[in-house]
Amino acid sequence: MLPREHKFVSADPNLCTGCNVCVYACALEKDGVFNPLRSRIRAVRLYPSGNIAITCRLCESAPCVIACPRDALTQSEENGIILVDDDKCDGCGWCLEACDFGAITIHPVTKKAIVCDLCDGEPKCIEICPVEALSLASRDTHATISRIEASRKLLKAQEESEL
Amino acid sequence: MDGYAGKILYVDLTSGVSRTEPLPEKMAEDFLGGAGFGIKMITDLQRPGADAFDPENPIVFSLGTFCGVMVPAASSKWGVAAKSPQSNALGEAYSTGFFGSEMRRAGYDIVVITGKAKSPVYLYIENESVQLMDASHLWGKDNWETEDMIKEELGDPDVRVASIGPAGEKLVRFACIINDRLRAAGRTGMGAVMGSKLLKAVAVRGTADITVADVEKFKELSFEMYNRAKGPATEKYRGLGTAGNVLVLNKAAAMPTRNWQDAVFEGAETISGEYVNEHYVTKIQGCDGCGSRCEHVATVNEGPYKGAIGRVEYEPIYSLGSCTGIDRLDAIIRSVQLCDLYGLDALSAGVAVAFGMELFEKGLITEKDTGGIDLHFGNAEAQTEMLRKIAFREDIGDILAEGVKRASEKIGKGSKAFAMHIKGVEMTGYDVRGLKTAALGYAVSRRGADHQRHGAYGPDLKGTVDRFKADKDRGPLVVDGEDLYSVMDSLILCKFNRGIWNYDEMAQMYTYVTGLPMTGKKIRQAGERISNLARIYNIREGLGRADDNLPIRCMKDPIKSGVAKGSLVTQKDLDILLDGYYEARGWTNKGVPTKAKIDELGLSEYYQYLKGLAKTPKAEKAEKEG
Repeated sequence: MLPREHKFVSADPNLCTGCNVCVYACALEKDGVFNPLRSRIRAVRLYPSGNIAITCRLCESAPCVIACPRDALTQSEENGIILVDDDKCDGCGWCLEACDFGAITIHPVTKKAIVCDLCDGEPKCIEICPVEALSLASRDTHATISRIEASRKLLKAQEESEL
Repeated sequence: MDGYAGKILYVDLTSGVSRTEPLPEKMAEDFLGGAGFGIKMITDLQRPGADAFDPENPIVFSLGTFCGVMVPAASSKWGVAAKSPQSNALGEAYSTGFFGSEMRRAGYDIVVITGKAKSPVYLYIENESVQLMDASHLWGKDNWETEDMIKEELGDPDVRVASIGPAGEKLVRFACIINDRLRAAGRTGMGAVMGSKLLKAVAVRGTADITVADVEKFKELSFEMYNRAKGPATEKYRGLGTAGNVLVLNKAAAMPTRNWQDAVFEGAETISGEYVNEHYVTKIQGCDGCGSRCEHVATVNEGPYKGAIGRVEYEPIYSLGSCTGIDRLDAIIRSVQLCDLYGLDALSAGVAVAFGMELFEKGLITEKDTGGIDLHFGNAEAQTEMLRKIAFREDIGDILAEGVKRASEKIGKGSKAFAMHIKGVEMTGYDVRGLKTAALGYAVSRRGADHQRHGAYGPDLKGTVDRFKADKDRGPLVVDGEDLYSVMDSLILCKFNRGIWNYDEMAQMYTYVTGLPMTGKKIRQAGERISNLARIYNIREGLGRADDNLPIRCMKDPIKSGVAKGSLVTQKDLDILLDGYYEARGWTNKGVPTKAKIDELGLSEYYQYLKGLAKTPKAEKAEKEG
């Protein structure tokens, strides 16, 4: 049997307002201080009004793991999160460049790679997001949502063409 | 002190020298941040009576106490203060976006800029590094281009920029400062002050941690406030937004129309919040750290204004809509965008255009003055063109760029009777003729015509008072509103979230964040202190009771239609209102704070500015003893 797909924190760009509350909450939860550089999730605004929060997507064959020259990164088989061995990580930042999403960063103080660890299954960012734009979802969930959206559009087009 | 960065940055543009000083703890406790800091700094550092464009004058950027901290609608609020080129008195304006938190992380609570550069510069602050950068190539660029170009040339998309457009460069007296594209420190001409210093922008990048004193208690209160920020108290702002006021105020005959010739706009339906949300709003987004988000971004997808993008709020819909007789939102959205690009305060700009329109319709100016523009009320094309002419000071735009007070003095011919301003600052969108509490709030507002110093339209519109009647009891209402807003503008808590806080909670949050002791009573007194210091500053710069007035039209021309038909504020009304207010403030009936009041608030050092004006308590007892 294939293992069930891992779930990661995903933002709905239609709902996300770019408010950064997740960014604040993550740094607070992990380090007890405020600094986006300490946050495992980052919000992006594309002017004038494109907003999305981005964090680790638990890629299969994660490029960050592959890129690490010191084998400091491994991926958990249990839940897919990227595990950082702080003894091996020297903060070179190659993982950061390997990640297409900018989801992995170097901690400003420890100088070790930091990445979303899903807060033991109850991510603080999801709890605090004021507009419920964040949720735990697997890639398959995303595909299902896309199928539903596509069907809606298609059926709407059909309805209109029948008029 | 946690929360605060603990540092004041001083930059002198003349010498190019900068230095820092620690933020005194007592100043933090007494003046909180934002408004309190700004007003105190300009009072302390500006030569009394200096011209607003005197190069020596300070322009003060001050952060809200909670910048960089997770407090709803307070994480990135910042303010700017300087002597206003409009009122020749207190200039202050507030903005949000993402600029304030970045400045806090760069390590500063206050940035004081004095002097004048030899050629255009922008200030680039990156943590401890403070540099003046050449801005010759940016001079003449609009605000959006400026932000993009600065980020590009610094090679850092995380830099935040607060800049001026052509209007600020050309010293348009109501030029504003724009940051993060859609946010404005709009009122009282702070952009013109930057322009007078040849300061095109402030760019900032900060990477420091912001700490709070009591993490556990902070978390509890912060999360509670985020919950409230999602609740009924902010519903209006999350839903239709302030644009929802259009139909409400229009029905109440309180929506100033065609330069305040009336207070009911026949075209309200098509400029309403309902209409804009249905047809134009494409996204509602939030500022840094905000739990309720309100920024209604509107885009125009067809017609002559195709491609226009702007943030729609009630106030610009009033100033660039009903006030200029324009009933189409696509034109209003484009007009708002032009104000953002050129760096014009959208409120004053609309009122200035409306004043021009009335001049034109009355035949006091002609197409010769307007450069061929048919400047009739309702002509949308004329409005967008006139905004450009104001920003670039072309034709009659050059005179309107002085604001309606100075324009009416220059043009004469009785135009003062319809120049809609108080203290030289153009009117905002509440028709005070039928809102007597608001009328008082507007008359005494420390930054000139304004609803945001007091929120005194609240009791009028909620019906807790008789809005058509003037009585002395309005004084305490306005005082309460002003002191609350002085606290909110200092901490800086967004007023759209005012319904979720009380003084005790503000004080608790202050203590959990900063570690400094604070109580509800003490923070409220800080509000009173800030309100009083603002008054002292204004008196020092030459204002008095006679300046606590209303536009002539609000006292002579009654509202023509609707439920407020026939309403105006007579001189007798105004006197009753002012007497009640000064009494509630503990000031003399000339509007001067008494020595007793000043001492009570710990402002004794400022008494020097009132000598000969404020009555000293009689030393009867001492005389008897002697």
